[in-house]
Amino acid sequence: MFKNTFEKLKSGLSKTRNRIFNKIVETISGKAQIDEHTLEEIEELLLSSDIGYDATIQIIERVRKELTSEKERSGEVITKVLKQELLKILENNDIKLLDKSEINRYKPFVILIVGVNGSGKTTTIGKLAYIFKNQGLNVIIGSADTFRAAANDQLEVWVKRANVDMVHKTHGSDPSAVVYETCELALKKQADVVLIDTAGRLHTKTNLMDELRKIKSVTKKVIEHAPNEILLVLDGNTGQNGIVQTREFQKYSDLTGLIITKLDGTAKGGIIFQIANELQIPVKFIGVGEGIDDLQPFIAQDYVEALILK
Amino acid sequence: MFEILNDKLEKAIKKITGQGRISEQNISDTLREIRRILLDADVNYKVAKDFIDNVKTKAIGREVLNSVTPGQLITKIINDELISLMGSKVHELSVNASGITKIMLVGLQGCGKTTFAAKLANYLNKNNRKVLLVAADIYRPAAIEQLRLLGKQVNIDVFSINGSNNPVSISERALEFAEENNFNMIVIDTAGRLHIDEDLMTEIRNIKKSVNPNEILFVVDSMIGQDAVNSAKAFNDAIEFDGVVLTKLDGDAKGGCALSIKAVVDKPIKFISTGEKLDMIEIFHPDRLASRILGKGDVVTFVEKAQEQFDDREAEHLEKRLLSNQFDFNDFLKQIKMIKKMGSLKSLLGMIPGVGSAVKNMNVEDNQLVKVESIVQSMTKKERNNPKILNGSRRLRIARGSGNTIQDVNRLLKQFTEMQKMMKSFNTKGMNKFKNIKSIKYS
Repeated sequence: MFKNTFEKLKSGLSKTRNRIFNKIVETISGKAQIDEHTLEEIEELLLSSDIGYDATIQIIERVRKELTSEKERSGEVITKVLKQELLKILENNDIKLLDKSEINRYKPFVILIVGVNGSGKTTTIGKLAYIFKNQGLNVIIGSADTFRAAANDQLEVWVKRANVDMVHKTHGSDPSAVVYETCELALKKQADVVLIDTAGRLHTKTNLMDELRKIKSVTKKVIEHAPNEILLVLDGNTGQNGIVQTREFQKYSDLTGLIITKLDGTAKGGIIFQIANELQIPVKFIGVGEGIDDLQPFIAQDYVEALILK
Repeated sequence: MFEILNDKLEKAIKKITGQGRISEQNISDTLREIRRILLDADVNYKVAKDFIDNVKTKAIGREVLNSVTPGQLITKIINDELISLMGSKVHELSVNASGITKIMLVGLQGCGKTTFAAKLANYLNKNNRKVLLVAADIYRPAAIEQLRLLGKQVNIDVFSINGSNNPVSISERALEFAEENNFNMIVIDTAGRLHIDEDLMTEIRNIKKSVNPNEILFVVDSMIGQDAVNSAKAFNDAIEFDGVVLTKLDGDAKGGCALSIKAVVDKPIKFISTGEKLDMIEIFHPDRLASRILGKGDVVTFVEKAQEQFDDREAEHLEKRLLSNQFDFNDFLKQIKMIKKMGSLKSLLGMIPGVGSAVKNMNVEDNQLVKVESIVQSMTKKERNNPKILNGSRRLRIARGSGNTIQDVNRLLKQFTEMQKMMKSFNTKGMNKFKNIKSIKYS
């Protein structure tokens, strides 16, 4: 799985390599001296990955500081230091992965999936259900997106693919009611994992954000330790709005982690550095394709390697 | 009141010491700030760099009105440049006069194509077109069902073929169906795809070949970051789209991608989508995007107002008086009138970035201006021309005549004398330099 993730990420990212990008990599790996020009190219690499202006300046400052104490400033050393600095930011966070041993500590283990419209929540739920099912866990999905047309139908296809159970209600009904029933059924059936799909909502819509709060408290009402995880699904294409989104979702629903989707394209998802730095929310999974097995645990080392493309 | 005028004087002095024209030095901070703003708005880093370089070249050497700073003027220039880059024209769809107009929507996954398809159909339908929606997304689970339900909500027919796995033939048959049933327009909703997925990119090329659309619209999530340039370019290289649709603008993303896409493929933005309800679709206005990206308070309006209300001839006259040290209360009165024309003090202050939020709750009194004006108006012509003759009894008369206290009058006179002194020193200091700058303006 480890290798697989890296290869997928790398092949996705490598397709992006336009001329500029190539040039940067060459410069980073080939240059013997650190100079303004090299730093500028690192800046371009970071900016083009959606890391953001302020974060980029900070990272470069740290790299520069680290390098002053290095005797040797070859391209290799510069790359090594840059990777270290990037990793430091991501590894600052608790990167406890969602595996079977973690899940078995609670029964049922309740996961809420939230995010803006079109970020890939439903697809992600399908993939998560498949992963847990393959670990021999009993999974129940609650289809609490009662707003979007045909959301139930879409989820149902994934439910069949993953071969798990699902609770749903008619279009337009109260999402909290779906959540309530799902949790009750999970207790009755002694399910191991509950996955709740919520409707996509822009973080600027206060009433919809309030609804999330309510959904969260409903899970707790039925299952005392719930929810165990609240995961924000973030489109890997997202630019600087990603930090704003995460901040808002955090405010309303106490996120425990992120899932970054669509990283099989040319987008690099660099906004996660700001998120890790400011909000200390770890990335737990990444989506690297449309197949049911295309959700992979996030491994910071691999991600940074792929980003730098050494 | 006088603080403001003194401030203006300071600016005039600055002008003589090199702030009167835009130079590399006096705008470097502003340019850095603008670069940050553009990058924070997700304008591609390379596009942002080119854009700023371009603006810089255009701006250097330009004169700065002394009621604004070089930084403010450059912001205004950038705003204008943004608008001119985005085009000031509103772009309509190209519609077939006779026969069926064919519109095709393409884009990445999750950018909002299906919802937009229904919105567009609804919008066109309201404009007296008989529209058919075509469900050509055979990949995403329940995408066809979603379009069918959305079509139902807005009363638009949806064409789909159960079990078909060929979007090209779905589109062809939809076109036949539309011809047989007297539809004016078809809107084809294609599946979301990655621009690096060669098979799927070939597929949309084939749809294009077979139905020959009048309009291909590239739908983009306004929250997209730096990679927008890559996907837009790849889609354009593959099928050459005609316009862009920006979705989810009801969020708070700045939508800098619009600028990047425009710079890379030079295609107009035609529609924006601003909510989940099916009538939340708007024609795109480039100027609004500029202020969304710059989030610039109202520097631009401020500079514009200063430019508008500025009477060049009057200014020249004032300038001469100022230089010959003849500035008196008559000139002063004219100045007050000019400032008053620009709007209330509070609103003027509010337009200055950084000041805006500070004055929001402050009590800036416009009657301060009125007060000063009334005092000056109560002076005789002789007194205005020669303030030196204002002795105690004259001051008392003016105070009574204008409904102010004698302290008010004294304060005004004191400040006026100070101002004159300042001008005098600045005239002797700066005279020579002054002569080299042809049209210095003083408001």
